[in-house]
Order: sequence, then C-alpha cells, then structure tokens
Amino acid sequence: MIATGAALAIEGLSAGYADTQVLWDVSLRIEPGETIALIGSNGAGKSSLLAAISGLIRVSSGTVRFGETDLTNHAPDRIVSAGVVQVPQGRRLFNSLSVEENLLMGAFLRNDKEVKSDVERILNLLPRIRERYDFLAGRLSGGEQQQVAIARALMARPKMLLIDEMSLGLAPVLVDQLLEILKTIRESGVAIMMVEQDVQTALEFSTRAYVLESGRVTISGPSAELLDDPQVKRAYLGV
Amino acid sequence: MSFLRIENVGMRFGGLQALDDVSFEVAKGSVLGLIGPNGSGKTTMMNVISGVYKPSAGRVQFAGKTIADVRTHDVCKLGIARTFQIVKPFASLTVRENVAVGAMYGREGSKRSTQQSFERSQELLEIVGLARVGDKAASDLTIPDRKRLEVAKALALDPDVLLLDEVMAGLNATEVDEAIDLIRTVNARGVTLIIVEHLMKAIMSVSTSVVVLAEGKKIAEGLPHEVVASPEVIKAYLGTRFAERQMQLDEIKREVQLAREVEPGAHA
Repeated sequence: MIATGAALAIEGLSAGYADTQVLWDVSLRIEPGETIALIGSNGAGKSSLLAAISGLIRVSSGTVRFGETDLTNHAPDRIVSAGVVQVPQGRRLFNSLSVEENLLMGAFLRNDKEVKSDVERILNLLPRIRERYDFLAGRLSGGEQQQVAIARALMARPKMLLIDEMSLGLAPVLVDQLLEILKTIRESGVAIMMVEQDVQTALEFSTRAYVLESGRVTISGPSAELLDDPQVKRAYLGV
Repeated sequence: MSFLRIENVGMRFGGLQALDDVSFEVAKGSVLGLIGPNGSGKTTMMNVISGVYKPSAGRVQFAGKTIADVRTHDVCKLGIARTFQIVKPFASLTVRENVAVGAMYGREGSKRSTQQSFERSQELLEIVGLARVGDKAASDLTIPDRKRLEVAKALALDPDVLLLDEVMAGLNATEVDEAIDLIRTVNARGVTLIIVEHLMKAIMSVSTSVVVLAEGKKIAEGLPHEVVASPEVIKAYLGTRFAERQMQLDEIKREVQLAREVEPGAHA
C-alpha cells in the first residue's frame, strides 16, 4: 500500500477553548510521507494543535489544508475521510470492546469491501495484536493497547497519522517496538506528525521538528540540528 | 518557627499516589514557584495547602495549626486564600459585588460594615486594575479581567498567603507582563505567594524560590536559576536521554574550553 499523500499545510492558525486562546498564528507544513515532530513543554499547545487539525476544537483564524482540500473547521469525520487520522493521547480505546471490534471501529466511515483484508494486513504488521484479537481492549498491557490504537487508526486508511504522546508511561523497550512499527508504516508512504514528551525519541525519529512555546512555534528545523540546539532546552525551562 | 511548612505530605487517590512524601517550607514574604510536568501533583498540592484535600500522610502547618484540622471555610480566616484554575466568579453579581462578598465574609469581614466592605472592594479593584469595569457583571469580563477578578476576590479575604493556580493561562504576552506586575504589587504589600504556572519565563522572573514536583515527588528546590540547571529537572521536562546528551555536550564544551586555556591555539 502506498498512500499517495498530499501535503498538510497549516497557515496562521489560531484556536482555543471557549474564551481562552491557546494557539497563536501557528504555521507548519508536512510533506507527503514525511515524519515531523512537535515538541514543547506541557501547556505549550501541542495536543490542542492536533485537536484543531482533527476538527475537535474550533479554528478562530488561519487555515488547515491537506493537498487541495481545505479542512479548516470541518467535522472530525470528514477530516478522517480525507486521510488525516489521530492516535490520541492515552489511547482512548473502547475498553469494554474486543480488539477486533476496536479495529473495526477504525473503519467506521468505510463502506468498501476491503475492510477484512485490511484487518489481515494490519495483523500481519502487529503479530502481538493477532494473539490478543479476541481480548477486551481494557485487559491488554499498556504497550499492547498502544498497538491497538495505532491499528485502529490504520483501519481508516490514513495518509497522515497524528500520534499524540505514544511513549507516555511505557517502558523504553516497548517504545522501541512501537517505533519499529511506525517505521514500517512510514515506509508505506504514510506521513506522521508525532507529539512526544520524550524529546530525544521525537528528534531521532523525525526528519524535521517544530517547537511550540506558549502556543506559538518558536523554533523549527531539521531534527538532527535541534538535537544539538541549546534553544530547545530554553523553550522548556525558560532559561 | 517557620511560616508555612509542608511536612512529608502524601496524597493518594485510589491506586494513584498523587503526592509522595513532599516537604518544603515557604518563607514569609516570599514568592514560591511550584512547577513540574503535567500530572506532577501541583494542583493537588495547592488543594492540600488550602485545605480542600486532607492529605493521606503528613501535614501542612500554618500559624501554629495543622490545616487538615481546620474546616475548609475557616482556612481563609487563618490567612490562606487561593484562586482557581477555572475561575469561579458569582456570574450574575457585578465585579464590585464579587469582591465585596470576599471582604464581607473573609478574615476581617466581621469587623466591616457593608459600606466598608464595598470601600475595600473598590481599593482592591484599583490595585488589580478592574476599577474601570466595577459595575459590569462578572460574566461579561474578558479572560484577563476574569483572572484579575479571581485575584481581587482572594485578596478581599485579607490573606497572609495567597495561592495562585495558573492565573496566566490563556493570556497573551502583554497580559502576562501585566499579570507579573500584579503579582509583584501584591507581594510588595506583604502577601506571601505560592504560584503554579506553566509559563516558565514568568515563574523564573517572579519567584524567589522554586519547588519542582515530578510524578508526585519533590525533585528539586532552590533559587530559580539553580533549579532549572538541575539534571533531575531537565530530565523530567525533556526526557532522560535528551537531558543526558545535553549534559555531555556541555561537558565536552567545557573540556574544549579547558584545553584551549592549557594550550591556546591548539583547538582553534
């Protein structure tokens, strides 16, 4: 499967909750098949930016475009249908449903005949999930649940994955397994935007990175350069 | 005797240990910044200090009393007031009335007539910069003004200690500078402050000392610039591997500098 992608272009985006603005004039771009990291301290607005892209909070100004399509303030299901799919923080599985049912929920918007073959393809990619296929999602370990969350997103046939805090609360060896899975996904042409609290993981896995600070992009550039940039620490700690 | 003392405080919610054996002291007249990554226990600590939660272990000592032994609504009469992250005005009262309520029912309330409470309200509105909107309904205020109102309401309780929980969230750069000025003004009037804030630049500029929590434990304490140089703090904020890499890069830089001093020109 090669996901022929479009670039995601965010221009001058501002957004927030009720009267509280949390994102200010954010611009960024992800090329088809590219992996970028979005980092920054807590409260910087990373998850809010993903929410704005996914149509979960209202964009007050600026645009989100995916290829030729304007996705700004579209309903979340239309954004998923366009190929931009989120793997949310904390996984947000349907814990009392089986792994199989969770995967099928990922295909909720599809009515093509290839859902079953996609399940098979994804289970080949994630053998651990095949072993757990009939279990209730809530009974799985944290690492397995994260795999299910990724699998569920893949069932929507994404061109771009927005992955929020994948490594949170997981042992390093499990994080490494997940990163291997993401590599395979990336090689199939899916673009990835990863929000990560572990800066090293984020910068090693991505080609470019954006640093958010108080709702604004303050640093951006090739990830390899940011690894050695003292400004990154400053963005987190203020000095 | 210390002013406000947090002694071995633990707070457990079911299986979650939100605070674990946290101790620190707050000096009279100081501005203590309480920082830490998401979920580190900052707001829980604010709730323990203000008596909203009874700690499952340890205690908070203030004015010769253990806070957990004081009824929640009496904590303000002891001299501790707080703001809330989600502001809580009386929406249908005017701004002036909101603050007057605090002045009437707070620590000095029984000594004030209604008129004196409104006079006190007016004073406080001037201090926080809300006199211009005193007759508006609280629900009509902008976000920065609601934050100011939250501070004025707490000050109306005549506290010795004021806990500020995220008063800068959602403010733009100018408004943040104004909030910092307000914090300094309040502190200069003799109120000891404990501040929880995500905005590190603000914390660094306004705090006289900083306590850092991570996963419910205290991982650092000291002057602002000392605390952010602490390896434990850098690890908590940026992740262990990135922090260690940065520290090694710094070490190499220092070694190169040292080598240059030993033999100038050799590593040009």
